[in-house]
Amino acid sequence: MKLPSPDDGALLHRPSPHESGRRHVTGEALYVDDFPLPPGTLVAAVGLSPHAHARIRHRDGAAALSVPGIRAVFFAADVRGDNCIGPIVHDEPLLAEETVNCVGQVVALVAGESSTACRAGIAALQIAYDPLAPRLSIEDAHAASDFIGPYHLINRGDFAEGYRRATHRIEGTLHTPPQEHFYLETQVALAIPLEDGAMHIHSSTQHPTEVQHMVARVLGIGYHRVVCEVNRIGGGFGGKESQATQVAALAALAARATNRPVKLWLDRDTDMAITGKRHPFRADYRAGFDADGHLLALDVVLYADAGWTTDLSPAILDRALFHLDGAYFVPAARFTGRLCRTNLPSNTAFRGFGGPQGMLVIDTILNRAAERLQMDPAEVRRRNAYADAPRNRTPYDQEVRYNRLPRLFDELLPAARYAGRRQAIEAFNAGSTYVKRGIGFQPVKFGISFTKSMLNQAGAYVLVFTDGTVQVNHAGTEMGQGLHTKILAICSAELGVATGAIRIMSTSTEKVPNTSPTAASSGSDLNGQAVQSACTTLRHRLIPIAAAMLGVEETDELTFASGLVSLAADPARSRTFAEVANAAWMARIPLAATGYYATPGIHFDPATGTGEPFYYFAFGGAVAEVEVCSLTGQYRVTRVDILHDAGNSLVPSIDRGQIEGGFIQGLGWLTTEDLRRDPAGRLITRGPSTYKIPSFGDAPTEFFVRLLDRAAQPGVIHGSKAVGEPPFMLAISVITALRHSMRACGDSGSGVELSLPATPESVLRAITRQRS
Amino acid sequence: MTSLRFYINDELIEESEASPNTTLLRYLRDRRGLTGAKEGCAEGDCGACTVVISGESPAGEPLLRAVNSCLFLLPMAHGRRVYTVEGLARNGTMHAVQQAAVDTLSSQCGFCTPGVVMSLLEAHYRDDLESNPAALDDQLCGNLCRCTGYRPIREALVRIAGKGQRDDDIAGPIRASPPVGRQALTYEADGELYQAPGTLDEALSVLAAEPRCRIVSGGTDLSLEVTKAHRRFPRLLSLENVPELRAIGRDADSWHFGAAVPLADIEQATADTFPPLARMLRYFGSRQIKHRATLGGNLCTASPIGDCAPVLLSLGARLRLRSREGARELPLDELYTGYRATALLPGEILTDVTIPLLPADARASAYKVSKRRELDISAVSAGMLVRIGPASTITEARIAFGGMAAIPKRALAVERELVGRPWTGEVVARAVAALEQDFTPIDDHRASAWYRMSVACNLLCGFFEETRARHLPALPPLPSSTLNLESAP
Ligand SMILES: Cc1cc2nc3c(=O)[nH]c(=O)nc-3n(C[C@H](O)[C@H](O)[C@H](O)COP(=O)(O)OP(=O)(O)OC[C@H]3O[C@@H](n4cnc5c(N)ncnc54)[C@H](O)[C@@H]3O)c2cc1C
Ligand code: FES
Ligand code: FES
Repeated sequence: MKLPSPDDGALLHRPSPHESGRRHVTGEALYVDDFPLPPGTLVAAVGLSPHAHARIRHRDGAAALSVPGIRAVFFAADVRGDNCIGPIVHDEPLLAEETVNCVGQVVALVAGESSTACRAGIAALQIAYDPLAPRLSIEDAHAASDFIGPYHLINRGDFAEGYRRATHRIEGTLHTPPQEHFYLETQVALAIPLEDGAMHIHSSTQHPTEVQHMVARVLGIGYHRVVCEVNRIGGGFGGKESQATQVAALAALAARATNRPVKLWLDRDTDMAITGKRHPFRADYRAGFDADGHLLALDVVLYADAGWTTDLSPAILDRALFHLDGAYFVPAARFTGRLCRTNLPSNTAFRGFGGPQGMLVIDTILNRAAERLQMDPAEVRRRNAYADAPRNRTPYDQEVRYNRLPRLFDELLPAARYAGRRQAIEAFNAGSTYVKRGIGFQPVKFGISFTKSMLNQAGAYVLVFTDGTVQVNHAGTEMGQGLHTKILAICSAELGVATGAIRIMSTSTEKVPNTSPTAASSGSDLNGQAVQSACTTLRHRLIPIAAAMLGVEETDELTFASGLVSLAADPARSRTFAEVANAAWMARIPLAATGYYATPGIHFDPATGTGEPFYYFAFGGAVAEVEVCSLTGQYRVTRVDILHDAGNSLVPSIDRGQIEGGFIQGLGWLTTEDLRRDPAGRLITRGPSTYKIPSFGDAPTEFFVRLLDRAAQPGVIHGSKAVGEPPFMLAISVITALRHSMRACGDSGSGVELSLPATPESVLRAITRQRS
Repeated sequence: MTSLRFYINDELIEESEASPNTTLLRYLRDRRGLTGAKEGCAEGDCGACTVVISGESPAGEPLLRAVNSCLFLLPMAHGRRVYTVEGLARNGTMHAVQQAAVDTLSSQCGFCTPGVVMSLLEAHYRDDLESNPAALDDQLCGNLCRCTGYRPIREALVRIAGKGQRDDDIAGPIRASPPVGRQALTYEADGELYQAPGTLDEALSVLAAEPRCRIVSGGTDLSLEVTKAHRRFPRLLSLENVPELRAIGRDADSWHFGAAVPLADIEQATADTFPPLARMLRYFGSRQIKHRATLGGNLCTASPIGDCAPVLLSLGARLRLRSREGARELPLDELYTGYRATALLPGEILTDVTIPLLPADARASAYKVSKRRELDISAVSAGMLVRIGPASTITEARIAFGGMAAIPKRALAVERELVGRPWTGEVVARAVAALEQDFTPIDDHRASAWYRMSVACNLLCGFFEETRARHLPALPPLPSSTLNLESAP
């Protein structure tokens, strides 16, 4: 891939480097912990609950306060405003009140001159607890009927009838594993107190507006006195959507009280111990199939481990239910979901937002059906995939429009030589005693939009200067996903100026207010449209000026390209964009414009479980091959072929990165990432030495990614599609491949039983069972 | 008292105030305002802190080494050149490795990138980096990236590996610099003392005079106490500058490795000639770790899951220990006296390790099983050697395991089952049952007792299968397992 230089202009739909790439590789790119600190800055540290559940009998910070270098100690009672940071429901105290409800809950905050002083301060805190019985699993919470919110329901057709008619019935329980975000940059915020009670927060957050709101509430001041600014984030993946607010609010609390800037940076152990994870789910399912492998009826009860507060869990459960259909038509569906409250850190958003958990359920069921029916699992998937009417409506009664699944089957399977390789693998397995291979195919359909409709809006603020340079402000945060690169391409195309003349500003609540989090894969859809609309406004203001300069009519068509405004009919007649901008200023025309976008037409009614929660669907397919050692359970993903639908990709090089990165992150969730807690609820796997995300050698050396061509999506910016989350679920192909290899190890009669994550131990257990 | 003298990005630094317990990472970030290197874990596992230092090949030739600055104590930089990601561009032009990383989109959030770039830099100037996928994996497995999925980084690595000019303005100064690690150092700051004597006698004297003194070799274990437990050692004795401890030798019947030889050097010396050791070292830590971790440190830290001990036990390694009182020899079998306890007496240093060459009738291999193939701690590791005499009779068996007990140890009951019997699948299958007499492994987050025992049994069976065709089997380029059974029917 030959990349154009940043000044080639018009980068849309062409591969382009990452907007910050050059700064990343030179060390120039700054993250919050890298900022030069204002004089007098204090650092802060958190005092954590050692108990999963306890009443706080006594708390005393006097000894901590007398530690040299400690400037302030805080407990809940020291919060002047509202001691609460729950994003949806007000059930999450910033600092623990009467009880603690998970190991790692923040009970105290100290601020001091150095991290050494803070550590000593934390050690000197005197806090006494009366332990209470904790609930540490979905089963514990279920037994105690400790749920958050009501049942979530989606019902379509007559399950009982479909199940009765089925020739094959598959029942079971699936536990989906939790997952630590392991963003490389841990949570961090720098709070700088300003005059008049104001506060400026530099935060590593995906949701600057929520940080602004929570800081204001905790300090008991109006939102207008708080600015939250985000330069860039060292990885978020959902873990900094709601859970960055706590760190920011704590820093602000200390900054206000001491009237000094305060930085709170969590080391890796602390970050992992106190933040929420991907929700583990338990799914109890019953599915009925006909003799040809068609799914007739599906009943699933989902229980999600929400942890100790609501956080974003209701929306995550909704998305899980919305994705229980996977890529398949379910004629009769009864989907029920419930959130279980446990004494664990509150689980939170993570790439896919419940979608992967939902999809894993139906794809496990299809794998089991294929094994039962002795069919190729890819064929079972083809038979069940969404197709033409009437097999095109989801259980929540949304039509699957622009369905790319047939194309994925027709183009990816032959391109990856699926059938031939499957045959070759079976021949290999027949002749190989210890080494077994397997292949798996996974189609993905993923709904795009926040399922909470009001979040589907974004704003932008674009400023043109008299030298023709441009600043772009928008509501989204850059966390590596390439949003700024896409915005740059959009803005450059709209105004016809080189990307070198455009600067994407840090995301700030003082530039674009009341923003939604950068999440749900929606960043470029929403912000791209908002930026486009601001640029359109500016162009319309510049056209009369340019027309006058060129001596043509305002109605004559002008083009904005290559830094010039020219007459479409006679491109030689042109003025530079800078000249036009300057002339506009002379004519007293405003050179700054806002833009806004709200996704049209989405709605969902929880009472009936129906609606159109998604603006559109993104699709993708993957074929993965594995080689397994049946003596150790170790294995390698040897090859992956992906065909992904990114619409008419805004910047293909960026989208490819999202696809590859998403796949490998999904692979980690399903294979090596084995989060462990001890019986008291303490996290054992608290760093990369014990919690293993995929490393360099886990990525297949044969890793082929293609974007679906001719796939423009109507109604989305430049025909593109959201791409952040959907590829994550392509990794389920690896599980299907593993199951294929295991079937070659023997036949237990009851099908493959592979618990997840599929560590070598889990694989060896499954193989041992096959052999018995 | 000496001050520390070293270069950071070609600037001479003289430091006399920073505590010897300061890590290079904290020093760069907190004291020099060089925030390129990041802290992602402070335990050597993420690589975001990777920097390149000047080091030397076993033959004494200066070269570049990528290391984890989070585990590298500041005095270790004395006499070296240190490069960080900020020091590579020249007059606004990016270094070739930086350009390659940009062109391949090897960065997304960019937080891992400074470390990735420094590992690429080392690869750029290596002249021994093979282009096969396994070698590339080894080069980069110490750099975690949560965003990219690694494909672009692999592409960048392929583009730049081995392309560096030996005399350009990064490699030139390093290659021209005087040999490092040969200047005795005594550094005191903040009331803490770091001594790196230039002779073994001096080292032994320091140790005899200072019972509170803690030995540090590569520091990859010891520094964790600084970064994780926030300990500060009042007295540190570094073995890095003692030439006798850094020698690699081979005579008619043995290999000799100084206790302070970095594992990367042992790996290089034995890669093609000593498959059991090479197989273990390939999956030991990461490149950055192996540049610092030493054989002596690995054996003396006495971890039940240390990877060197099992293979060395199977190979019959012998240790030399020295104190001011004199020297003694000890078979490795006698080093471990209990959980994390060794037979080393106060004032004693492990000076070198002797490994007999493999007899012609030996079959030997080594295995490591962990959750993740690379840069992970073993669930089970093993070293196995059998000698097969006339009539296919087993004349000697040395089967050792790590992860199966409180110390790395041999499976003596299994060995008894084997010796004197013919080397057949049936005999091995019977011997495997004796593992239950040798070991009662534990359940922990790395593996269950069931898994440990099952894998131990299967490894022994696998060893039999693996050594049918080749007596000293090597690993294939892209192994899916620690066992190389691909060609077995
Ligand atoms: C990220 C990471 C990955 C790792 N991966 C592995 C792995 O795959 N396999 C594995 O086995 N280990 C691994 N380790 C552990 C560690 O790297 C090794 O044990 C290493 O060999 C220790 O050597 P060192 O020179 O760094 O020891 P140091 O940290 O310098 O010393 C370790 C201990 O040994 C003592 N000591 C050192 N040398 C001597 C001597 N000559 N005489 C007497 N006492 C001495 C020291 O006082 C200290 O107590 C890993 C560590 C990290 C941080
Ligand atoms: S900070 Fe993670 S390896 Fe050094
Ligand atoms: S680019 Fe984000 S961790 Fe590598």
